[in-house]
Amino acid sequence: MKATPERNLNNHSENGLSTESKEKLNLLKADVIATRKVGRLERIIGKETYRILKGLVTTPTSIIGLVLIALFVIIALAAPIIAPPIPGTNPYSMPRDGYSAQPKPPMSEWKSGTPPIPFWYTALTGREEWVHLMGTSSNAYDIFYGVVWGTRTALKTGVIIEIATLIIGILVGSISAYYGGVVDNIIMRIVDIFMTLPFILAALILAAVLMPVLGRSTLPSVIALIVFGWMSYARLIRGDILAVKERDYVLAARVIGVRNSKILFKHIIPNAIFPTLVMASMDIGTYVLNFAALSFLGIGTEVGYSDWGQILSFARDWITQLGTYWYIVVYPGITLILFVLGWNLLGDAVRDVMDPRIRKMQEASSSSES
Amino acid sequence: MMNDNVLLKVDNLVQYFPIRRGVLQHTVGYVHAVDGISFEVHKGETLGLVGESGCGKTTTGRSILQLYKPTSGNVYFDGVNLVDLKGEKIRVLRRRIQMIFQDPYASLNPRMTVEEIISEPLLIHKIIDSSKTRDRVKELLELVRLNPAYIDRYPHEFSGGQRQRIGVARALALNPDLIVCDEPISALDVSVQAQIVNLLEDLQKEMGLTYLFIAHDLSVVRHISNRVAVMYLGVIMELADRDELYKNPLHPYTTALLSAVPIPDPEIEEKRKRIILEGDVPSPVNPPSGCRFRTRCPIAKEICAQERPAWREVKKGHFVACHFA
Repeated sequence: MKATPERNLNNHSENGLSTESKEKLNLLKADVIATRKVGRLERIIGKETYRILKGLVTTPTSIIGLVLIALFVIIALAAPIIAPPIPGTNPYSMPRDGYSAQPKPPMSEWKSGTPPIPFWYTALTGREEWVHLMGTSSNAYDIFYGVVWGTRTALKTGVIIEIATLIIGILVGSISAYYGGVVDNIIMRIVDIFMTLPFILAALILAAVLMPVLGRSTLPSVIALIVFGWMSYARLIRGDILAVKERDYVLAARVIGVRNSKILFKHIIPNAIFPTLVMASMDIGTYVLNFAALSFLGIGTEVGYSDWGQILSFARDWITQLGTYWYIVVYPGITLILFVLGWNLLGDAVRDVMDPRIRKMQEASSSSES
Repeated sequence: MMNDNVLLKVDNLVQYFPIRRGVLQHTVGYVHAVDGISFEVHKGETLGLVGESGCGKTTTGRSILQLYKPTSGNVYFDGVNLVDLKGEKIRVLRRRIQMIFQDPYASLNPRMTVEEIISEPLLIHKIIDSSKTRDRVKELLELVRLNPAYIDRYPHEFSGGQRQRIGVARALALNPDLIVCDEPISALDVSVQAQIVNLLEDLQKEMGLTYLFIAHDLSVVRHISNRVAVMYLGVIMELADRDELYKNPLHPYTTALLSAVPIPDPEIEEKRKRIILEGDVPSPVNPPSGCRFRTRCPIAKEICAQERPAWREVKKGHFVACHFA
């Protein structure tokens, strides 16, 4: 096969053409040559990803979700500035103003054990004394500090649980789908058993069991939530892999002689993974919510750790008088709600952006039957 | 000793698919997709394999390529039995047999560019230096008459006919000896069908390819094939040279099939008598005993239910499976 020079329409000689003919020629060229400008970014990350990103930054719900998440990330990153900890102490333990059991309302003065005053507070209000911006809970824990540093806890635990469950779920699902047969059967029955367990109860029991072993920290709850949280991903990706495995292009790859492992990673998983990722993007909010639920029930972190669920648990003592002590519930509660809302909106937007494409792909691939 | 001219020899190929039921997935029956077929494909020819939908043609093609492990039987490619081969040995042989798929929309990975799709076989078998793959891909695109400027596009940016050409380019990348064309034009527009058929013919002449052309459109098969095999319910009923088959069909099923092909002449069409078969195609799970065609055959007798007709060479190069041929 001799190499032919690349066809280049611009090589066409334009000498001796009238302007009218030149215009016609240009119009023709414009028709024939590619009409869509592909930006550099799109070329790098791929057409599909570009489309998704574009959809995410243009959909209103998505923008709100992204803004909320960005807000929380900023708060988490800037925690030392927003709520400066007492030097030499663990920033995650909420600073205490004495040991009184009586909660103090927002804007009440800080009497003892005062942490350094943040610069923005002095700049905004001109005052030199630090106050409890959100009040204190029983046993005098400052809620503001709890909420701010609790953002870091939430993000850390949420992301860790998310990544761990995704990896476990994808691994288990892939192995199950890849080997099929008895292996598949056994694994799926295990998944079924796990799924029949009531989630919060199971996680609660496991975390409670782990606490004496691991001590009080974020670990027991995180581990418990991971252990009971991977099943939906495994099922989802197994189904998608089984579907993709039968597609013609996978068959074509086998005909060419591509090795099985390469087929799995290059052809099957990239095409099967998107629904799972979509589901995952919504789940971070749920994980943080569940973590807070466990903390509320008293499982997990040591008393005084900056954790929204734990702050909420301090309101338990004052449930009958929530009218007076509303701030113990409202501040961490609203923060939690906004956090989950942000992730849910983002997940919804991702699903909406993905869906029409998935449906179109499914329609196209089943269009011809003979 | 194998005839030097025979590139592919299928010997009593059987492909059953188990039907599993219940929690323990025990086998309750089989789909008899291919029920013992034998034929040869000679070097440089096009063997057409026709039949109704569901007769097992596609399964035959895939079993030959070892995409499904045959239940029994042998497939000899250039003397080597493909059924026995495993692993690396069969990967090496894959370079010589390739496949063009039916569905242009599903046969290309939507996440890969044209370049990645066509260069994959080149890179897998390390045929050329990776720095030269792009040029080679452009050559192949020109070979199938696609603009090489499209090399960075994704499959969904092309029409069905163009995608099929990409599939052809991919099949040609390894310079195979035999290409199994699994209904390559069924999913395309009629005008586009003609283009692809012409392309395939030209490529065959230029590159000395051998085709196993699986289709259900008899007119197209008549145009492109040297010899034609007719399949029904997993069994080949008749095999002959193209002209011989279309002029002197010996099997009642072939006769019925041919009478169903429209002739583009309204006067002749008016006067033609069509053979209309009664009944439906039986299920391949429970095929009829003896001759598979007997439930719809106009000349069926008792012997057809008792004995499966032998695959006989009635005239030179003309094989039939019928008690009355």
